Amino acid sequence: MLVAELKPYNEIKSFIEKYKSVLVAGCGGCTALCNTGGLRETEALAAKLRRDTGIKIKSVTIERQCEDEFVSELSRLMEGIDAVLSLGCGAGVQLISEQYKYIPVYPALNTKFVGTSHDRRVFIERCRSCGDCRLGSTAGICPITRCAKGLQNGPCGGSENGMCETGDGRECAWCLIIERMKAQGRLSELEAFCEPVQWTGQAPERFECGMGVK
Amino acid sequence: MTLRDKLSERQFVVTGELGPPRGCDAEAVRKKAAMLKGAVDAVNITDNQTAIVRMSSLAASVICLSEGVEPVMQMTVRDRNRIALQSDLLGASALGIQNVLCLSGDHQSFGDQPGSKGVNDIDSIQLVYTARRICEEKKILNSDKPLTSAPDLFIGAACNPFAEPKEFRPIQLKKKIDAGARFIQTQTIYDIPAFREFMKHIVDMGLHEKAYIIAGVMPLKSAMMASYLNDKVPGVIVPQQMIERLKGVPKERVADEGIEQCCGIINELRGIEGVSGIHIMAIEWEHRVKEIVEKSGLSNR
Repeated sequence: MLVAELKPYNEIKSFIEKYKSVLVAGCGGCTALCNTGGLRETEALAAKLRRDTGIKIKSVTIERQCEDEFVSELSRLMEGIDAVLSLGCGAGVQLISEQYKYIPVYPALNTKFVGTSHDRRVFIERCRSCGDCRLGSTAGICPITRCAKGLQNGPCGGSENGMCETGDGRECAWCLIIERMKAQGRLSELEAFCEPVQWTGQAPERFECGMGVK
Repeated sequence: MTLRDKLSERQFVVTGELGPPRGCDAEAVRKKAAMLKGAVDAVNITDNQTAIVRMSSLAASVICLSEGVEPVMQMTVRDRNRIALQSDLLGASALGIQNVLCLSGDHQSFGDQPGSKGVNDIDSIQLVYTARRICEEKKILNSDKPLTSAPDLFIGAACNPFAEPKEFRPIQLKKKIDAGARFIQTQTIYDIPAFREFMKHIVDMGLHEKAYIIAGVMPLKSAMMASYLNDKVPGVIVPQQMIERLKGVPKERVADEGIEQCCGIINELRGIEGVSGIHIMAIEWEHRVKEIVEKSGLSNR
């Protein structure tokens, strides 16, 4: 899932202050799961903006902001709307803007990362969407995402007590990889040289679903 | 004779280190180079070490060359993508640089540009592989189109023998050598018995026959520096008795004691099988390197 955090309230308010009528649009997808952009958060933000500003605020939460058919449902609410405040991820904001080209769309969230949810409270980044996945050879732990230097062929000389030298609280990804490969009896596999990643995402990516394995 | 020539003739080598200035003052580089000239066989030119912006390693290496000091150009993968790295390998060679040390580099959060984007397009082992491919196969990464001419670089890598996870260090070293590293410079060594054990493992793997292993030393300037290294630098263990000895001498004798200890370590390292040379990292102590070399009986460079 994508994990996003709410922007500071004053920043959000500054986006819409000049408008008379604003639609606050929530998302029932990832941002709902990380408690920042779902129905509850959308209604809370809308209520606060109604209280604090003289702006006419409409609010709605759609199934997902990253799917065109759900985003088109917004059309019935768009009449008289000067601007949209989206609580979707960056993809959601863009899809709304694409479908309603003449209406300014503002993000209420900062999209942070692709991650996992723990107790629906803690979210951990897991994937940088490099497009050249080698998780099979690193015991399911991504060094591109979790090693501070994104090293692909083993640790740097900086780990101590299993922690990264950056001191930012992260565990050393390579200590974890080596530990788990050992537990799986696969340590020798790490002797193999890992070729440079062929990064995708250089141009906006497009992908069409195929039918199964090629 | 170059560093590579000396090593291939089985001469015991000494390398030093020179940190470029935080400015564009070529004279500062010349001054440091003059202190190291004749004392060591080659000098590592650091690449924005500790992630602090400095004169580029390539430029400082060229200044050293013009002073008659053979540079080992350090190259980190932190600040340049594969296009820039490969281009600089070609450019460095064109300017007469013959040695390159491939490193991952200190993380940008340690330096004066913590908000910079760590590039890390390729990692340090992949840089070794890339440099070897350019030199031996005359090809850049992911391309079969031969270069019009290829450099003949002496490619090196670093090794921190005592960093975690310890069991992986020999494997990591083997990966670097298999990728094309022909010389290895280690992190600074204080714990001789531990390093002896590490080297035994390396010799058993036959790695010392595939690459020249140059053991790192760093003279201690004070007991405080020793404690700092112990607390803050992963994989560096200064034995307590060394710290006690530094504490035990009068203030004006501390630096000499540090140098004496360094010479003692060099002496021990020379006797370890598989060690082909010493790398002296005397940070802002370039003026005392000559003395260390002489006292260790390694002069006549």
